[in-house]
Amino acid sequence: MRGLFDLVTSLDSPGIYLGWGSFQIQLGNLIVIILMVVLFLLALVLPFPSGRKRK
Amino acid sequence: MSAPVGTRQTPEDQAEYHTWTGKARGWLLRRLPADKLLPEDQPSYVASWIYVFGMGAIVSLVFILVSGVVLSLNGPSWYHVSGLGHFVNSVHLWSVELFFMTMVIHLWGKYWMAAWRGGRTLTWITGMGAFLVSIVTAFTGYLLQTNFDSQWIAFEGKDALNSAGIGAWFNVANLGQIFMFHIILLPVAVGAVVALHVVLVRMHGVVPPLEAAESDAQLQPGANTESTEAGR
Repeated sequence: MRGLFDLVTSLDSPGIYLGWGSFQIQLGNLIVIILMVVLFLLALVLPFPSGRKRK
Repeated sequence: MSAPVGTRQTPEDQAEYHTWTGKARGWLLRRLPADKLLPEDQPSYVASWIYVFGMGAIVSLVFILVSGVVLSLNGPSWYHVSGLGHFVNSVHLWSVELFFMTMVIHLWGKYWMAAWRGGRTLTWITGMGAFLVSIVTAFTGYLLQTNFDSQWIAFEGKDALNSAGIGAWFNVANLGQIFMFHIILLPVAVGAVVALHVVLVRMHGVVPPLEAAESDAQLQPGANTESTEAGR
C-alpha cells in the first residue's frame, strides 16, 4: 500500500495510466475530472444556506 | 441616446455633456451605475451553489497572483531549495489546479443555463477568452519548472507551435522569453480579461434561470432586487 502511495504522490514517476481500448488517461487526471463532476452535481442538488434574514 | 434595456433612469440620462471626459463619464454611469457595480443584493435565483464557482475561480486567481509575486521576488534559487520556497511554489501550483477546476465547473453551469441570453454575448466571449488565455499561462508555467518534465513539455510543444507558424516568435525552448511571458504579459492579460468579464456581469446582471417567466418581477427593467428578496 505504501508503495502505491509513493507511486501516486511521487513527482519523479510517470504516474499510473488507465486504458480502455484506444482510450488512455492518467489516474490523477481521472480523479480530478470525477471530482469536478461530483462537485457540479452536488452544486445542483444541495440546498444553499439562507443566510441572514432580509426584509 | 436612450438608456439600455435593464437600466434605470438616472439624472445622468438627462444630463448633457460637451467634453469627451464628460461624455465618457455619462456613458460609463449610464451603463454601470454605482449600485450595479457594487450591488447590495442579488436576485433570489442566485441563492444556489452553482453560482459559487465563478467567485471560487476569482479567489483562486488572487492566490495565484499573490503567490506568484512572492515567487518572482525571491527567484528560483529560493523556491527550489528552501522549505518555505517549496511551500509557496506548491501554493502557486494548487491554486492553479483549483482555478481551473472552479472555472470549468462555472463554465459547465453557465453553458447549461445558456448564459449568453439577454445581451450577454460579450460576457460569454470574455469568459471563454479568460479560459483560453489561462491555458496558455498555465502552459508557460509548466515550462518554468526547470526539470525534466518542463524539458519534455517544451520539446514536445515546439513541434506543435512550429507547425502553427508561431514557433520563431513564441519559442518554448527560450526560457528567458517564456519567463517574461509567464510573469508579466500573460498575468496582465488574464487579469484584464477576468476584470472585463466581471464588469460585464455587473452591467448585465446574473443570467436568470431558463424556466423563469418573462413576467418575473426580477427580470423587469429597473427591478429593485431588495424588494424581491421576500420570495427567497
